[in-house]
Amino acid sequence: MAEPKKKFIGRSVPRLEDRPLLTGQGRFAADVNFPGQWAMRVVRSPIAHGRLKSIDATAALAMAGVHAVWTFADVAHIPPIPFRLTGLVELEPYQQRVLASDYVRYVGEPVAVVFADDAYLAEDAAETIELDIEPLAPVMKATDEPGPFDETQNTEPSVIVKSYGDVEAAFKAADSTITLELSVGRHSGVPLETRGAIGYYNEALGRLEMHGAAKVPHWNRDTMGRMLGRTRDDFQLFEGHVGGGFGIRGEIYPEDVIVCAAALHFRKPIKWIEDRREHLISANHSRQQTHRIRAAIDRQGRILAIDDEFFHDNGAYMRTHAATVPDLAAAMLPGPYRVPAYRATGHIRLTNKTPCGTYRAPGRYESTFVRERLIDAIAASVGVDKVEIRKRNLLPKSAMPYALNLETLGTHIVYDSGDYALLLDKALERAGWPKLQKEIAKRRANGELIGAGVAMFVEKSGLGPFDDVRLEVKPDGGIELVTGAASVGQGIETAMAQICAETLGVDYAAINVVHGQTDRIGRGLGAFASRVTVMTGEATRRAADKLRTKALMHAAGLMQTDAAQLDIVDGEIVRADGAGPSMKLVELAMARPGELIAEDSFESKHMVYPYGVHVAAVRVDAETGGVTIEKYVMAYDVGRAVNPTLVEGQIAGGLAQGIGGALYEEFLYDEAGEPLSVTFADYLMPTAREVPASSILITEDAPSPLNPLGLKGAGEGGTNPVGAAIASAIDDALQRPGAIATLPVTPQRLRAICKMS
Amino acid sequence: MSEKTALTLTINGKDHAISVEPRRTLADAIREDCGQTGTHIGCEHGVCGACTVIVDDAPVRSCLMFAVQAEGKKIRTVEGLADGDTLHPMQQAFMDNHGLQCGFCTPGFLMLAVGVLEREPDISDEDLIDVLSSNLCRCTGYQNIIKSVRAAAQEMRK
Repeated sequence: MAEPKKKFIGRSVPRLEDRPLLTGQGRFAADVNFPGQWAMRVVRSPIAHGRLKSIDATAALAMAGVHAVWTFADVAHIPPIPFRLTGLVELEPYQQRVLASDYVRYVGEPVAVVFADDAYLAEDAAETIELDIEPLAPVMKATDEPGPFDETQNTEPSVIVKSYGDVEAAFKAADSTITLELSVGRHSGVPLETRGAIGYYNEALGRLEMHGAAKVPHWNRDTMGRMLGRTRDDFQLFEGHVGGGFGIRGEIYPEDVIVCAAALHFRKPIKWIEDRREHLISANHSRQQTHRIRAAIDRQGRILAIDDEFFHDNGAYMRTHAATVPDLAAAMLPGPYRVPAYRATGHIRLTNKTPCGTYRAPGRYESTFVRERLIDAIAASVGVDKVEIRKRNLLPKSAMPYALNLETLGTHIVYDSGDYALLLDKALERAGWPKLQKEIAKRRANGELIGAGVAMFVEKSGLGPFDDVRLEVKPDGGIELVTGAASVGQGIETAMAQICAETLGVDYAAINVVHGQTDRIGRGLGAFASRVTVMTGEATRRAADKLRTKALMHAAGLMQTDAAQLDIVDGEIVRADGAGPSMKLVELAMARPGELIAEDSFESKHMVYPYGVHVAAVRVDAETGGVTIEKYVMAYDVGRAVNPTLVEGQIAGGLAQGIGGALYEEFLYDEAGEPLSVTFADYLMPTAREVPASSILITEDAPSPLNPLGLKGAGEGGTNPVGAAIASAIDDALQRPGAIATLPVTPQRLRAICKMS
Repeated sequence: MSEKTALTLTINGKDHAISVEPRRTLADAIREDCGQTGTHIGCEHGVCGACTVIVDDAPVRSCLMFAVQAEGKKIRTVEGLADGDTLHPMQQAFMDNHGLQCGFCTPGFLMLAVGVLEREPDISDEDLIDVLSSNLCRCTGYQNIIKSVRAAAQEMRK
């Protein structure tokens, strides 16, 4: 029977994306070229904080092949880059201009741009430009007293407070109080493809184009359009292949706006491709926070209240994410535990470092580290095992759905479904926890520094409020699926094709998924917050269902039967009883040109909440401060996995980034604000040597009740608790609860900790 | 800056007569002057390996070599791996084992792995991981890349 051909959701089918990428036929930003294009090179501030007095570009302008140099005066009419998410009004004076005006505030800030015939020449010319900057004292620590931002503002734009319950009363009634200070280092997504943007004024169509778009093309088109005086009819963005997103790519940066403004002004294609040093000092950083957290507990270690004050280092400006990261940190900190009273006070602070935005599991990598360190500390304080303390505090399945009484990203946080205790059991079973404990005890007795850690977390995904999908059966038999979502390499074409194929009754390989093209669909929200599989996935299912109904209706007429008697199997319209004639979907499309088109939308006011457990076992070398991860288990409940292999790929890749932030990656600065991590020799990302073989357990115990397929997003669960799990394991290896209070646990830091004993 | 030099680069068996400055990197020449954009540039300081190509049977980082140094040498890039529609066993293994996500580092890994396995078909697992740790990937977490290369190694030994 044809039954197996109908099933695509839940199958690990090969990706539709792979072939061009494997054969060198990808089209990344740097691969886009237009005849007669000019290369743009950005001149960046070499000073962390200073007054910009003058810029002398005489020598550059005298060079053959150099066309122009722009400074602030040339872009003064362009407003600062607005906020995309969590845009509190009080943060607006801190938005970044596309070129610095009177102050520079971080090393790497764009102060001028050079336009020249080619990239080598533009770089030569940029080096001749002289900047007169009067240095000012930089603010380098978010925990220091705020300093001046300009004449009227200081470097604490806002303090966010999220709370519920009577925190003071809970602390008064507590049997004891645990207090910790914990910090997460500055690190970021660092995709392998640097940023790039090509502005092109298409004279033939009278429209401005930007190529190299990513993540949120529609929002960027509309927003940059407002900044540049273009409309959605004469300004289009085009996404090609995207070499990794991780939150940082695709936000509006100064360079994107400038290439578009310059293309419009000069009527020349303007190409800008970032180099790696530029990337490491100018693309969004993330993560850097210090938390001072207290828990009120009873004698059994049950949490009565949590009170957290934290300092979020956002770097020099408030970029598109505005308060998103600290907001999420505060809102998601309670995690999978019952916390009867809660208060988080987040100081948003600016420093003279690269501005920040989101990075995979934004705010949660940080607050999971903080919360799980706290839970471990509670366990140590009441003298129970780290697994037992978690069981005592977990929200039970019967509490679902669970309203946390907090809001984030414009939504109320309501955990839609979950069985946290069950997943903890499953993860421990997968890790062979009792046996692991015995082995650890034995090796420890032989003098090895070895230990295991556990961390639990709740993720969020599927942010609305909407997504649209348009489907059309083409005369060549292919089915085109147009969405306003975007691809950052995660496999959305395959996942959307699977959902469409199963719903419609065709082969997934027949589906061509078009994304990231603003001229193909009116609106779209793009790819962030692990939203695509949930939002675009459900919109796809609805549109496919509509298309199927439509196709069967048309076919019923032609086949002289009732639509209810028909089915679509592998692209063929057949009678459900298997008898009689059949016709191919493509034949129907040709018989009814322009009819086999369907559009639908999915709207959702609430996010959906996957959850997970990570278990780590590590060995510490006290002499070198090195950490070897010997075992790593990740259990993640995603409601329903559309393509398990792709979900595992997300989780395994997320782990590598989590390990980076836990052990290696850190953007360091000297006291004058000079960045010290400006090459891949200083900013250490994990290689095949550092990332261990991991064990991944995907479960589907808690499908989301908020969409019919039960989907939850899978993009961030591999990263979220890695710092927490590794810190817990290192504590255990050292047999010193609370030893790890700062990430990353670099060899230098760990060696110092080992020597302190 | 300086005078251009005429030279011929032989890429995947095809000659490209180009004229470049002596300082032009091989990576830029392959991409910009010869139009073979499958070779990617990730760091331009020889760490990430995205620009790895095979020059006279050895994997090299084309960002650390000048185009003029490659004259007269046989250069192989990702575009030359497949035989028509038939993928090279390494490409096929990456597809079968989900060895890529965004695909930006992939050409570099393919050329690195092919170059090494052609020279050392029986490379030990330990040495293989050492070799693969010379390139960076930010999406996969490496496990599926290792799996892909192991699978291709078996296929290539046949």
